[in-house]
Amino acid sequence: MKTIHREESKAVKITLIAISVVFLVLMLVLPLLSVIVNSLKEGVKFYVQSLTTEYVRSALKVTFIATFWAVVVNTFFGIAASWLLTKFSFKGKQILATLIDIPFSISPVIAGLAFLMTFGRLGWASGIINKINEFLGTDIKIVFALPGVVLATIFVTFPFVSRELIPVLNAEGKEEEEAAALMGMKGFAIFRKITFPHIRWALLYGVILCTARALGEFGAVNAVSKTRGKTFTLPLEIDALYLSGSADSTTAAFAASSILVIIAVIVLILRNIMEYKAKNK
Amino acid sequence: MYVELKNINKNYGNFKASRDVNIGIEKGKLVALLGPSGSGKTTILRMIAGLETPDSGDIIIDGKRVNDVPASKRGIGFVFQSYALFRYMTVYDNIAFGLEVEKVPKKEIKKRVTELIELIGLTGMEKRYPNQLSGGQRQRVAFARALAPNPTLLLLDEPFAAIDAKVRHELRSWLKEMIHKVGITSIFVTHDQDEAVEVADEIIVTNRGRIEQMGSPIEIYKKPETPFVATFIGEAVEVENYHKLRGFEKGDYKGAIIRPEFVEAFKSDNVKFKNIIDYSEEGIIEDISFRGNCLELVLDVNGIKLTTRRSLERRPIHIGEKMRVVVYRLYAYDEEKSYLLENAELKGKEVVTL
Repeated sequence: MKTIHREESKAVKITLIAISVVFLVLMLVLPLLSVIVNSLKEGVKFYVQSLTTEYVRSALKVTFIATFWAVVVNTFFGIAASWLLTKFSFKGKQILATLIDIPFSISPVIAGLAFLMTFGRLGWASGIINKINEFLGTDIKIVFALPGVVLATIFVTFPFVSRELIPVLNAEGKEEEEAAALMGMKGFAIFRKITFPHIRWALLYGVILCTARALGEFGAVNAVSKTRGKTFTLPLEIDALYLSGSADSTTAAFAASSILVIIAVIVLILRNIMEYKAKNK
Repeated sequence: MYVELKNINKNYGNFKASRDVNIGIEKGKLVALLGPSGSGKTTILRMIAGLETPDSGDIIIDGKRVNDVPASKRGIGFVFQSYALFRYMTVYDNIAFGLEVEKVPKKEIKKRVTELIELIGLTGMEKRYPNQLSGGQRQRVAFARALAPNPTLLLLDEPFAAIDAKVRHELRSWLKEMIHKVGITSIFVTHDQDEAVEVADEIIVTNRGRIEQMGSPIEIYKKPETPFVATFIGEAVEVENYHKLRGFEKGDYKGAIIRPEFVEAFKSDNVKFKNIIDYSEEGIIEDISFRGNCLELVLDVNGIKLTTRRSLERRPIHIGEKMRVVVYRLYAYDEEKSYLLENAELKGKEVVTL
């Protein structure tokens, strides 16, 4: 009986492995490879050329700016929120935890539209911004401008860091912090000396995920960014290149896409290193 | 009284963790807070430490009301249940932590930490990390870390819970010896009565947020004041119709608790018990189980089930055998109190037992 069982489970195992491999190759590896292959269809020279057009360079710049701010803001927000949610008890804690997860469950387009309706010409906040502009003599714009792109990217990526930190902080418990507090250490020093060493790797992992997501964001940014060469991010530029229809621009779209694919592969490798480090400490 | 709690109440939502808690602890004593889980013992400890705030009542340490004094200013050393050693710091750094926070000069820190490491017998392990230590060693480090800043009161939350049975025994006597050597007033929380009886000078029994009884281990053991203490301490068999037993009359009680050591069972031809055989009654052995160092018998006496122990050195017995049974004493109880009742027929008699 026992050997039959074992053989059965072995067969199940092989079948499951085969299904997963076939599925992943068909759905993931081949399409991604085709991106790289297509991007090099017209030769390396064309590849480099299509990556250095004004539009693509602008799109790269906007993407990196948006990603930078999203990562900086969300790292601080993520640490603060996960610390609050794991080390303190207060009323409405569960509601707050759920609110943080909203970007996971809401379509990014809706997020983009929400910003549009808030800061756009018809939005309730546009009057305030106009007042500020009048008062300071500035010309700050939110939607259809860089700040809107940054805000949309921040919105879409804000759960990533806290989602990584909360389980680690929960597993660690409060006792070490309590012990340090009992011996007279103050709040921030406790965080720096006791809490931070625990969450180092999880934090880095969260930052990497946040970066990857910010680089690739399309829907939310699409709603608040309409000027090619100015506020377009890389995914939007790729879309524009592809939609313009000529054979050359399609290849250029693939070339631009290959940047994101390469970054994704680097992120995956980093992610595995992080996981390995976190496990082996 | 060195530590005093006066009319302390503490609720977590609807859960009453402390109800009118009043306790006083003398200086230099090693005190156990004993009770089942959820009885409020850890809450009391954490309130003394300043990790929780009572809803009402006063906490007084060394004559000063400390309710509003922050935890770190109360002069308390705390040993956590899972030790809470800083896992990214070495043994040395763990013990030095409190002193470094207080900005004690490096030289003094070194002297104090070396002294403590010697005291806990871990010399040579200064550079190890907590995950390189055994459970017992970790506890010793936690103890040294709590003592390093020279606290005047040491609090320990279930100090032996995370250690396996064999080492636990060793550590109990070690800790007791250490605490008496250092001479520090100490309070520890435990749910294990053996631990409390063995280690503590004084035991405070808690149940459902209330203090049931305070006293020396012997007092708690011999004179339980409430039905809860009578059942919680020692091994208890509850008997409702205790007045059917020879030597006991029906009083205004709800029932009685009879511990195995209160029951004597012997064969009718045993001359060692000739003094009390006249006051004995018949009991039939219903069950025998091997307990390692003794046998445990369940006897049926007038329809009442009694449990007793029997040395392995005595003559063999078998299930269904008729024995003579004497119950020396029992704890009768009503709703609130527990009362010691002695066997009336044995009063004034010289009872010689082995």
